Amino acid sequence: MPRKQLNGRAIEVTDEGFLVNPSEWSEDLAPLLAKEIGIDNLTDAHWKVIRFMRSDFEAKGQIPSIRRMKNEGGIPTKELYELFPEGPAKKAAYVSGLGKPQGCV
Amino acid sequence: MTNEKQEKIKKVSIVVSRGSLDGVYPGLIMGNGARMEGIEANLFFTFFGLHAITKKKVNKIKVATVGNPAMCVPSAMGPGLPTWMGALPGMSWFATSMMKKEMEKLDIPPVGEFLEMIHDAGAKIYACKATVDMFHLTPDDFLPQVEGIINVAKFYEVAAGGEIIFT
Repeated sequence: MPRKQLNGRAIEVTDEGFLVNPSEWSEDLAPLLAKEIGIDNLTDAHWKVIRFMRSDFEAKGQIPSIRRMKNEGGIPTKELYELFPEGPAKKAAYVSGLGKPQGCV
Repeated sequence: MTNEKQEKIKKVSIVVSRGSLDGVYPGLIMGNGARMEGIEANLFFTFFGLHAITKKKVNKIKVATVGNPAMCVPSAMGPGLPTWMGALPGMSWFATSMMKKEMEKLDIPPVGEFLEMIHDAGAKIYACKATVDMFHLTPDDFLPQVEGIINVAKFYEVAAGGEIIFT
């Protein structure tokens, strides 16, 4: 697996740039990861998504689906698509330092 | 063989023509999945598929246990259900509730909630004009997420420049 330099740390990533180990993620990396996929400014609304994803992942051991983010995280689907356009589940997982989502919904 | 990267799909229009649970879900999953990948998506409901977007039938979509040779009990890969048993009262209800339970585990929403999500994801949902006339329906019979009742000419217009998938 390749590594990339983020904030002076060499972090293991997949060929697509997703973090291999979610435990290597810290909040300071989120803005850098976001920039890579075209999100220049992380707003409070973005952080709400990121923090929910992280805490749900820790509790459940899997990346929450868009439905779960809506029903459990209180993040309306429409808003999620606006915050992370063209691939919300994938992009939010990317910024949150989680792997690539494998579910179909 | 070339190593050139295949061009990404940009737009899909999915026709949902069947009204059983297994007739409706593939179209919903593919439409929603398209939006999740940043692909523009239209869903066009026709014939019995139209049931899925009516207020009256949206949450009454069932698995067909009659005329379904792949029907198995007690689970999807269990022994085959004898054909005549599929017609027993309650069989379709039973198969439907079993399947819904499995889908819930995978976080696949019920039809109504799924349509809301697909709509909120930016996909467009259409009803087929010919079927609407045939079933004697009015715009009022449809879920608020339905963009409009369109004929086949309009369908091709909205589908222009993309892939068409018939389910």
